[in-house]
Amino acid sequence: MDDIAVEVEGVDYTYSQSQKVHALRNVSFKVNTSEFVSFIGPSGCGKSTLLHLISGLLNPSKGVIHVNGKKSSSGLGRVAFMPQRDTLFPWRTVEKNAVLGAEILGIPRQEALQKASSLFDLFGLSGFEKAWPSELSGGMRQRLALLRTFIIPRDTILLDEPFGSLDALTRHEMQQWLQQIWDQDRRTIILVTHDVDEAILLSDTIYVLSERPGSIVQRVEINLERPRKKKVINSTEFTKIKSEIFQILSSGI
Amino acid sequence: MNNFRQKIKEYFPSLLFLIFSIFFWEWYVKSGYVSDYLIPAPSAIGLSFLEHISILPDHIFTTMLEALVGLFFAVVIGVLIAVLIAGIPFIRRVLYPIIVVSQNIPILALAPLLAVWFGFGLAPKVIIVVLIGFFPIVVNTTDGLMNADKDMVSLVRGLGANRWQVFRLVLFPSAVPAFFSGLRIASAYAVIGAVIAEWMGASSGLGLFLIRSQRSFQTDQIFMAIVVIAMLSISLFLSIQVLSNVAMPWRKTLVDLGEK
Repeated sequence: MDDIAVEVEGVDYTYSQSQKVHALRNVSFKVNTSEFVSFIGPSGCGKSTLLHLISGLLNPSKGVIHVNGKKSSSGLGRVAFMPQRDTLFPWRTVEKNAVLGAEILGIPRQEALQKASSLFDLFGLSGFEKAWPSELSGGMRQRLALLRTFIIPRDTILLDEPFGSLDALTRHEMQQWLQQIWDQDRRTIILVTHDVDEAILLSDTIYVLSERPGSIVQRVEINLERPRKKKVINSTEFTKIKSEIFQILSSGI
Repeated sequence: MNNFRQKIKEYFPSLLFLIFSIFFWEWYVKSGYVSDYLIPAPSAIGLSFLEHISILPDHIFTTMLEALVGLFFAVVIGVLIAVLIAGIPFIRRVLYPIIVVSQNIPILALAPLLAVWFGFGLAPKVIIVVLIGFFPIVVNTTDGLMNADKDMVSLVRGLGANRWQVFRLVLFPSAVPAFFSGLRIASAYAVIGAVIAEWMGASSGLGLFLIRSQRSFQTDQIFMAIVVIAMLSISLFLSIQVLSNVAMPWRKTLVDLGEK
């Protein structure tokens, strides 16, 4: 029982603002504690919606979501969620951005700043504590957004295309680095991405979603040995998984 | 420092043209092409300033007091109403159209009425400045509050922030730049609003000084008062610019980076 971090059962979601958009259909899955799970699928398939549902920002039209055994709709603030854009606050310095979540949760600022300062090195931001976000490079902004997410004392972390806006080179670097962070941290991560390589490189389990309304078409377990180096991308096993996923994605679902 | 040099270089032609115009003006009046009781020479305006240097501070003080007190209340009331409009949909639906339509009332035309109601003291002038300054502050601040980044709101809500925290952490800081644009507009009209309100009757102030000078055909005094009013308006505007730079240190950095 305790091993399940997130459980999603038969979830449907329909946006009903100006026009109805059926975003997700009958999605069910379980994520174990300390598991790294990725969702991959064509754009507009409801990947981000799924994370919003788990975070509690949206409530499912049908079905239930349990986070740590409790219904997610019963309240916000039970997971650490990093939205698609880095959404750094331009009026806060780097360190003040880092402790935003802690501030909301009522952790004393001194304590939060102390914890942040111990992480700046790991996140490659030391020396920039007093800088403004506008002075950071794209990769640094993304690392700060990640730091802001990781510092939140929650067991589950949701990442919505965290490296989507970065150039290929920086993205590869960040993937390696995220893997290393997770290796030390070992919290449950649910990652949404459209980058197949990224999903295979980082995940224990990949769920492939169909086009809208998104539903799970395949569950792929990745048993590549960890830590996975950059060159693993060229291994036959990796290529095999990759072509399998591409086949699912392109089979007209 | 490099920046400063660049600015001088940038404005040098305008400055040169201005100096040339003033000399031309002086020469034109002195040559007798135009009567100096219609257009006084710049030197006469300068002399008039020296002549009145002992009484000017009192008038300046009165007018600036009216303008600043008026601006202060315009800010307090404006921000308060902006928060209500942005925060409570019902109030937004009731108040916002009325506030926008009310701007068609010529505020300066209210000055005689206010003089009837409140006499010739400080109050009617302050009220005019409040009425003029209030609108740009409300509209801009409301805009700033309502156009806050939706993702930032989601982010803090996702962390379990309550309504007040959303306001404090996201909406207020997002609205600061817009608030200052509103305040800049308000400040540009504050001094002239106070001056015109003084025309309705006052015991002190630059508006009174203007009216008196006009009645005695002292054109050099009128010109001098206009220059003083312009200077006051510019310094108020610049002070607000400085204030906004202090309030938004992250913005200054942004501009610096942009210029590099």
